[in-house]
Order: sequence, then structure tokens, then C-alpha cells
Amino acid sequence: MTNTSSAYLRFQNVKKTYDHESLVVKDFSLDVAKGEFLTLLGPSGSGKSTVLMMLAGFESVTSGEISIDGVSITRLPPYKRNIGMVFQNYALFPHMTIEENLAYPLTVRNMAKAKIRDRVGEYLGLIEMQKFGKRFPGQLSGGQRQRVALARALIFEPSLVLMDEPLGALDKKLREQMQYEITRLHQMMGYTVIYVTHDQTEALSMSDRIAVFDDGIVQQCASPAELYERPRNAFVADFIGENNFIRGRVSKVEGEVVHIALPGGDTVTARAESELRHDQEAIISVRPEKLFVEPTSHASDNRVPARFVTRHYVGDFIRYYFQLSDGTEITVKVLNDLTAPNFSEGDEAGLVWLIKDCSAYPA
Amino acid sequence: MRELPAYYGFWHYLGHYGLRVLVALVLAFLMLPILIIIPLSFNVEPYFSFTEGMLRLDPDAYSTRWYEQVFNDPRWILSIKNSFIVGIAAATLSTVLGTIAAVGLASPVMPFKRLITALLLSPMIVPVIIIAAGMFFFYTRFNLVGSHLGLILAHAALGIPFVIITVTATLTGFDRSLYHAAIGMGASPLKAFWDIVIPLIRPGVISGGLFAFVTSFDEVVVVLFLAGPAQRTIPRQMFSGLREQINPTILAVATMLILISIALLVTLELLRRRSERIRMGTSA
Ligand SMILES: Nc1ncnc2c1ncn2[C@@H]1O[C@H](COP(=O)(O)OP(=O)(O)O)[C@@H](O)[C@H]1O
Ligand SMILES: [Mg+2]
Repeated sequence: MTNTSSAYLRFQNVKKTYDHESLVVKDFSLDVAKGEFLTLLGPSGSGKSTVLMMLAGFESVTSGEISIDGVSITRLPPYKRNIGMVFQNYALFPHMTIEENLAYPLTVRNMAKAKIRDRVGEYLGLIEMQKFGKRFPGQLSGGQRQRVALARALIFEPSLVLMDEPLGALDKKLREQMQYEITRLHQMMGYTVIYVTHDQTEALSMSDRIAVFDDGIVQQCASPAELYERPRNAFVADFIGENNFIRGRVSKVEGEVVHIALPGGDTVTARAESELRHDQEAIISVRPEKLFVEPTSHASDNRVPARFVTRHYVGDFIRYYFQLSDGTEITVKVLNDLTAPNFSEGDEAGLVWLIKDCSAYPA
Repeated sequence: MRELPAYYGFWHYLGHYGLRVLVALVLAFLMLPILIIIPLSFNVEPYFSFTEGMLRLDPDAYSTRWYEQVFNDPRWILSIKNSFIVGIAAATLSTVLGTIAAVGLASPVMPFKRLITALLLSPMIVPVIIIAAGMFFFYTRFNLVGSHLGLILAHAALGIPFVIITVTATLTGFDRSLYHAAIGMGASPLKAFWDIVIPLIRPGVISGGLFAFVTSFDEVVVVLFLAGPAQRTIPRQMFSGLREQINPTILAVATMLILISIALLVTLELLRRRSERIRMGTSA
């Protein structure tokens, strides 16, 4: 994937402005391997759809190159790009039946009638909707429409498929079902997917790699596990999953490891995710499930005293809220078993964690 | 009927029923002059007023002689033919041009949108007499005065604003991602427009076309300026009939026009409902 010569889809310094004043996409560079499931994850309004629209050809690229298989597509009209697309609102043609919707991309390719019929039947089977071919989109449920939209994007066998928040309008249960469906079809057929979402759970569970997109640039592009465990900057650390942030000042640098003096007087050690100098303001992050409350049998590198505030019962775990002496709020997730401690408000407790679970960034 | 609220007092009741009476009066004010024409067109006498026999509902006081007269008069026949030729041709032209204009104006990248919209809608706002005079002088240069083509072009210009308004209204509810979807699947812009956009904006196109037809059908000012004797339309013929041969023939024609209008309105509504169902994707 890092081998640039094997890149199937490549964005090179792509920039986009709508108003000739501010850049919505500032400098977008990304290589995607053939067959990869890559997710663009970012907050609403970060320009994810804009990137997809440029890739599909509905928006022009202000500067930079987009190429597929080494050939630039920047000047290719959208109807010649052969890219499948699933829209957030499905974009099914309301005046055509499901069969006609599925047949449309084949009809415009002048495929023989009999062949179209077979292919449509095959794809109706694939999404288990054989009985619904004669219905109109308005007569289907949200989940069914979503499946049809997916089949319609795949039926002309494009090698690249774009999905723009395709599950945004579905309820939670249906969404999980469709996530499974989308990954199943992807594994079965092996096309390349660029998937856009602002839902990190969705991104983490479906993707080969995730590009976290914010402020017009890719903040980090990595596998879900790496993104979660080694976020490269404070934005990613905050955006992916839950995190505790503690401010401090660098007191010592030992290669990869830095010592941070906290305002309360304690010193903790952390992994430096980027260059940190002595005496620099820094911010460290520790995930709530990587923190442990003393007494504990877990190994520990760091310890800070904290004051218990309250706890929330969630079910499979319990969420404890603590406060450090400088007022920083800390959340700890504790498994709901017999060892879950009981505190009353104001109790002092020690919180411990490992260096490897703790990252430091410039503040 | 809905029950009136329990707290209603005298003034509430007065307001409640007073409003209904007022509405009925307005309706009568609008409809009576039109409806009165229908019985009068069956008058056996060549008068524009109710005879005693008519008031007694005596069958002998009624006849269809004015209708026969219409269909036996070559001038009326010619004017009916002209009205339909000009109306259909002008409506077709307005529909095509107006639809294209509305689609262009709906594009997010269209520059000077307001200015162009105002220009295109101006035939609806500028007094017809001014348009007619302008057209007369302009068309003279191209030998279009006294020709069917000239009249068709003039009426098309008057009809275009209606098409633009109705098509624009349907386009505001149009989801552009449908068009994008079709293009992304490999359809050329023209094919996507024809396959996807046109069927979905059809209600607006149809209403606009019918409005354009009706506009041409009852237009008389431009006709007075541009039409020669060979281009006389129904309203023009009624206009001269009013001066030359005062008898209820005009009322017979008027009655037929009312019926045609009603038929058009009903057709319009039925077509619109059908297209609306297709648009919602629930028709079987
Ligand atoms: N067609 C457009 N014209 C002008 N501005 C746009 C257009 N589309 C998107 N934008 C702006 O670009 C920014 C990014 O939008 P978008 O790509 O839709 O973000 P996302 O999909 O991540 O929510 C937003 O601020 C939005 O207002
Ligand atoms: Mg978006």
C-alpha cells in the first residue's frame, strides 16, 4: 500500500475551492490500492463529499491530479469514468421499477436485452430482492432502497465504487445489517471502495484503511487498529473513540519517550507522537479503558492521584468520573465485574496506566 | 360539518357565517357573467336577453340555431381552424423553449440568473398592447405581419413565461443527485436529461404547455396588430362579430370556448395527478 507504483487510485495535491476565496480541500494526497476498502472519515462539512464529487467528475478539480491506473482522469467527463456510486439519499429513479433502475446502467451501455435480463435477475438475487423487481422505489422500505442502490452501483461491474454516507438515513439495527452486506459484497467481488462517513464506528468496523479528513487535509491514513491505538495528532486522538486529555509541560525528552510535568506536581511519561522539545507545552491522551483504578493487578508506568466525582452504570461496563488536582476531568471505563470499586464522592484514588497507552502531542 | 367551538358568542357566529356569505358573493361575482352566457346562447330570438318564454322554460323558446350558424359560416370555421393551428404551434414552441430556459435557470452555475429570469418573464408583465405594437414594427421588417408564422412566434413569446414558471416550480423539488446518478452510470448528459429529468418534471411541462395554449387561444390584442384576414382567430372573429352581426352566434362560440376551457383544466389536473404519482414512484 505504501509502494507508490502499486497505487490504483491516486490523489496528488488535490485542491478545491467553490468561491475562489477559501479552499474547501486544501491539499489532498492519497494512494489507494486495488481492491482496498478505504474510508474517508471526517466531521460534517469537512469536504468529504467534495472529494468524492471530484473523483466522480461532478465537480471540477481546482488544482492537482486524480489518476486511476496511472492515467489522469481529471479531464475525463463523468459519464466516461466508469465509477459506481451510491448516494446518501439512494438517488433511485422514482419513475422506474426496481428492475428498470438496475437495468439503466446496462441499457446506456447498449447491452443485449437478454443479457440485461439475466444480469438484473442475478443482482436481484444477490441482494435477495427477487420478489420486488416490479415495484417502484416509493414502495420499498429504506433498507430495501439502500440495497437496490448498492446493486445498481455494482451491476455494470465498475472497478471503483464510491459511497457517500450510504447508511446515514437508516436506523441502527438496519445500519449494522447493511454494513455487513456492503463488506460481504466487497469481499466477494473485489472492487475498490471509497466510502465516506462521519460515523467512526462504521469506519472502524468496515475499512481496510481510514483516512481521517479535517480542515481540508488528511490528518492520518492508517488501518483502524493503528488509528485507534496510535493517533498521530490530538485531533485524531479526540475524533476517533473516546479519550482523556491532560495538559502539562515537557520536563525531559528521552528519544521516543517524554516526561511531562502536570500542573498538580506529578510527572508522567508518554510516547511522543511528534517532535517535542524540553519545556514545551504538551497534551497527553489516555483512553478510558486503558486507565485502571488502584488497587489493581494491572502493570503500570504512571500514577496520578485523583478525586472521585461520580459513576454511571452503562451495563457491560461502568464509567467512573474523576478529577485531577488541577480540575482536569478524567473518565475511566471499568468492566462490570466483582472488582469494580465502590467510592463515595470526594474519595481519593490512584489512577495508573502504561506508557504504551499514552501519547503526547504538542499543545 | 365540523362542530363550532363551545365558546362562540354572537360576534363569533356573525363572523363565522358572515365570511361564508361573503365568499359566496365573491364567487357569484366571478362566475355569473360567465354562466349567464350559456342559457342565452340557446335563445331562439336574436337577442342578448332572456325572453319571457325562456323564463317560463318553454322548450320553444330555446334552439340550437346559433350553433348551426357557427358551423355554416366559413369565417367562423376558418377562425376556429386558425385558433387551433396557432394555439398548438405556439404552445409547442413555448413548451420546448420555456422548459429549456427553466432547466438552464435552475442550474447552480448559471450566471445573471435574476436578470435573465426577469427578461424572460417580461412578456407577462409588460402591457400586451406595447408588446403587440413593438412586434408589429419589428415583424414588418421580416414580412411576418399577416402570416401564420408571425402570429405563432408572437404567441409563443407570450406563452414562454407560463412554461418557465410551472417548470421552475417542479424543478425546485427535483433532486439533482438523480441526474448525477444517471451520468455516473454512463448516460450522456442529453440522455440523462431525457430519461430522468423530463419524466420527473412532466407535470410542470404539461401545465405550462396548456397555459401557453390557453394564452394564445384567447389572445386578441396581438392578433389585431399582426393578423390579416387569413389569420383571424376565434377571439378576433368574435370581436368583429360584436360590431357587424349582433346576434347570439357569439354566445354560442363563447359557450363552446367555456366547455373547451373546462375540458382543458380537467385534462390538466388528471395528467398532473398521474405524473405526480409517477414522480412519487408509487404508480403501478
Ligand atoms: N456546490 C457547492 N457550492 C459551494 N460550497 C459548497 C458546495 N458543496 C459544498 N460546499 C461547501 O464545502 C464545504 C464541504 O462540504 P462537503 O464536501 O459537502 O462536506 P462533507 O461531505 O464532509 O460534509 C462545506 O462548507 C460546504 O458548505
Ligand atoms: Mg457529505
